[in-house]
Formats: sequence, C-alpha cells, structure tokens
Amino acid sequence: MLTINDLARPGLEPVNLEISAGEIVAIMGPSGAGKSLLLRAISDLDPNTGMVMLGGRAREAMPAPTWRKEVGYLPAEPGWWAETVGEHFQNWPSQQDSLATLGMPGDCGDWPISRLSTGERQRLGLVRLLEGVPQVLLLDEPTSGLDADTVESTERLIRDYIGTQRCCLWVTHDDAQAGRMANRCLRIEAGRLAEPTS
Amino acid sequence: MSYIILDYADLAIAASLVLISGGASLVLRLDIERRLLIATLRMVVQLVLVGLVLKALFANVSPLWTGLAVVVMLAVAGREILARQSRPLAGFWAYGLGVSTMAVASTLVTVFALTTQVAPDPWYHPQYALPLFGMVLGNTMTGISLGLDTLVTSLTRERAAVEAKLTLGATIHEAMRPNARQALRTGLMPTVNAMAATGVVALPGMMTGQILSGVEPVEAVKYQILVMFLIAGGTGLGAILAVLAATWRLSDPRHRLRLDRLAASRD
Repeated sequence: MLTINDLARPGLEPVNLEISAGEIVAIMGPSGAGKSLLLRAISDLDPNTGMVMLGGRAREAMPAPTWRKEVGYLPAEPGWWAETVGEHFQNWPSQQDSLATLGMPGDCGDWPISRLSTGERQRLGLVRLLEGVPQVLLLDEPTSGLDADTVESTERLIRDYIGTQRCCLWVTHDDAQAGRMANRCLRIEAGRLAEPTS
Repeated sequence: MSYIILDYADLAIAASLVLISGGASLVLRLDIERRLLIATLRMVVQLVLVGLVLKALFANVSPLWTGLAVVVMLAVAGREILARQSRPLAGFWAYGLGVSTMAVASTLVTVFALTTQVAPDPWYHPQYALPLFGMVLGNTMTGISLGLDTLVTSLTRERAAVEAKLTLGATIHEAMRPNARQALRTGLMPTVNAMAATGVVALPGMMTGQILSGVEPVEAVKYQILVMFLIAGGTGLGAILAVLAATWRLSDPRHRLRLDRLAASRD
C-alpha cells in the first residue's frame, strides 16, 4: 500500500520499505537515531530524495497538501495554533465518540490549549489527525505521555481505525507495545534502517 | 520667504546645552559622557558632510549624480535592515531581499511624487528628489526591517503550529498566513501611529523646518500631508513586498516550511 524506495535526507540513509494494507509496522531505536526524521521525510515536511508511493500513486504526482491528507503524520509533540481546543477541529461536535473512547471529557472544546497536559495534547492531536481520515498513519510515540488504561484505549482506537484497508508506521520505545500492536518491527540505528527482525 | 540665518557663534552657544548634559553625566556618574561626546561629534561631522554633498549636487543637477546619491542611501539603509534582523536569511538573501524590496517601494513612490505632484524641472532635481527620497526611504526601511524580523521570529517560535497545519493538509500559504499578517501589522504600526499622532503630540520635523524658513503654515501642512501619504505608500508597499518575498523564500513548491534557509542563530 505504501512503498518507499531509497528515501534519504541528511541524517537518514536510504530507506526501502513496503507496508501492506492492514499492517502496523513498529519503528524502534535509540533517541536521535532518525525515527522522527524518517516520518518527517515520508510526510515530505523536509527536503528529501527517493520515491514514495501510496497505492501506486507517486507522491510527487500529487500536491503536497493532498499527500499529507492521505498520509497523516502525528509528531511526538503536536502543534497548536488557536487559543482553545475546539478551534483546531473542522467539526468539533462530531468528535465526541473518539474523545470518549480516549477518556477526554466532551466539554474540553472550550479548554485553553495552555492548560492541557502532554497526554491530553497527544490524544487530542490524534483525534484531530483522524478527523481528516488519512489512509496511512505516521505516529511518533503517540502514547508516551499516557497512563496504562489510556494507552490501551488509544491502541484499540488506532487498531480499529487501521482495520484492513489502512496502514501505520508507529515509532515507539516500548518493546511490549511493539509486540502488542505491530505486525513487524524495524530498528533504526544512527540513521540506518535495519533489516526486519521478528 | 524670509528666514533668520544662523552664524557659527549661534551653534556654539547651542552646543553648550550638550555640555550641560555631559557635565551632569560626570557629576552623577551616569557614565554616558563619552558616548554623548562621540554621538555629538558624529552628528556634526555627518551633517556638515551631507550639507557639502547636497550643495555640490545642487550645483551640478544631473540624473547621474542624483542616482548615485540614491544608490549610496539604499546601500546604507540595506545594511541597517540587515543589522536589525535577529535571524536573517542565509547567504545573498540576507541583504538582497531587504534592499531590493526597499529599493522598489521607495523609488516607485518617490518617482511617482516627483513626476506627478511635486513636478520640479527637471523631475530628478536633487533639491526635491533627495529630501523626499530620504524621508520615504527611512520609513520604508523601518517598516521592512520590523516586518521581516517579526515574520522570522514568529515562524521560528511557532514552527510546530505551522507544521501542524501542514500535516493536516493546509497549503503553506494557509499555514503561514497568521504569521505574515502579524508581520505586516507590526511593520506598518509606526507609520499608522505617526499619522494618528502627528500635529497633536508633535509637529513633524519637515513641516517645522518649512515654517522656520518662512513658508506659510498652510502651505507647509500641505507638503507634510503629501509626505505622510508618500511614507504610508512606501512603507505599505515595501513591507508587503518584503514579507511576501520572505514567505516565498521560507517555503518551497512542496509546501514545506524552510527554516533551514535562515542564517545560523546569533545567540
């Protein structure tokens, strides 16, 4: 579904990777190894070389905004541009189910961004990303700030979203999480993506 | 027109006021007397030189000499824009973007005024061209340097917010729009404030000068209003051109935010 050929940028050696529909691929490795650089390069946020295709369509054949709607990237610390939570969504009322699943109260739309905890920001960032219904998810440690219960519900939400038609690249430091969630697990060390292990 | 000619003794008497300030600095240990002295000397030397240059230019009215003076003024103002950036663009653009947009805006506005409203003969007569150009240039320079600095500072600080919009499928123009808008507002603020306060809080220097040299107050006011329009036009055009050019330079056709095109941070 997502095909990556010789994708490279400074700090990242050429990456070749094929992810099928329904697949969740975990990316692991030490801090600073290039995990986030890889996700940013796929999302086309930084200058890079190589070829990335989604369902046979080349990335360069689409306008970048269209590509990023299809291939949704969630950074480890999502950014916010308005005062309150609700302003960041196209249709805030329709988000209630996802919010409830992730343990966020339905009235948090009026909350100022400045009072959100790291974990709340991550969950709201995820819901905001899913609102655009991307086909591919590029998730950078989406549960690092969450307690065990919320981690479980977040994992469930993502697995249900991926289903059999979509796919996901998931950066995590947590071996157990990679074991629970991923069909495959890859490692990045010093900017180099290693051969698949388990 | 009649005006009172000053002789050098008059200037010497006035200079004693600076000496009083310097004396106060010594007595109160403000530690500013040295800088005050240097600034005073610079002011006198620079103004005397400008007076001599203008005198020579007026005696030899030629588009070449006027043009050369304009180029020198632009070059100096370009350095000033660069010096006021906390983080300029990398390479040629650091100087080139500010100076080229400033040149276009201030030259267009001044030539427009010289060929239609003021209309001296010839239109490039330095007695009219250089003072008008100088006033438009000084304000355009401030507008551009404030606009550019605000744009870069806010894009650097709000990078995560801009990229969050990009990851959700916004175009780079949509993502940068609040930053560009804020930069333009800041760049135009001094001009807007100056127009709002002028005549109430302070009498503008040019108008005061004309009145001192014997021009009818109403005629002096007409000139001042014209100059204010030119300044507003030059600052607006210059700030818009510079901020748009900088947003273009800090993005690319793949809708990326290219902060890597800024020079390395100075701090």
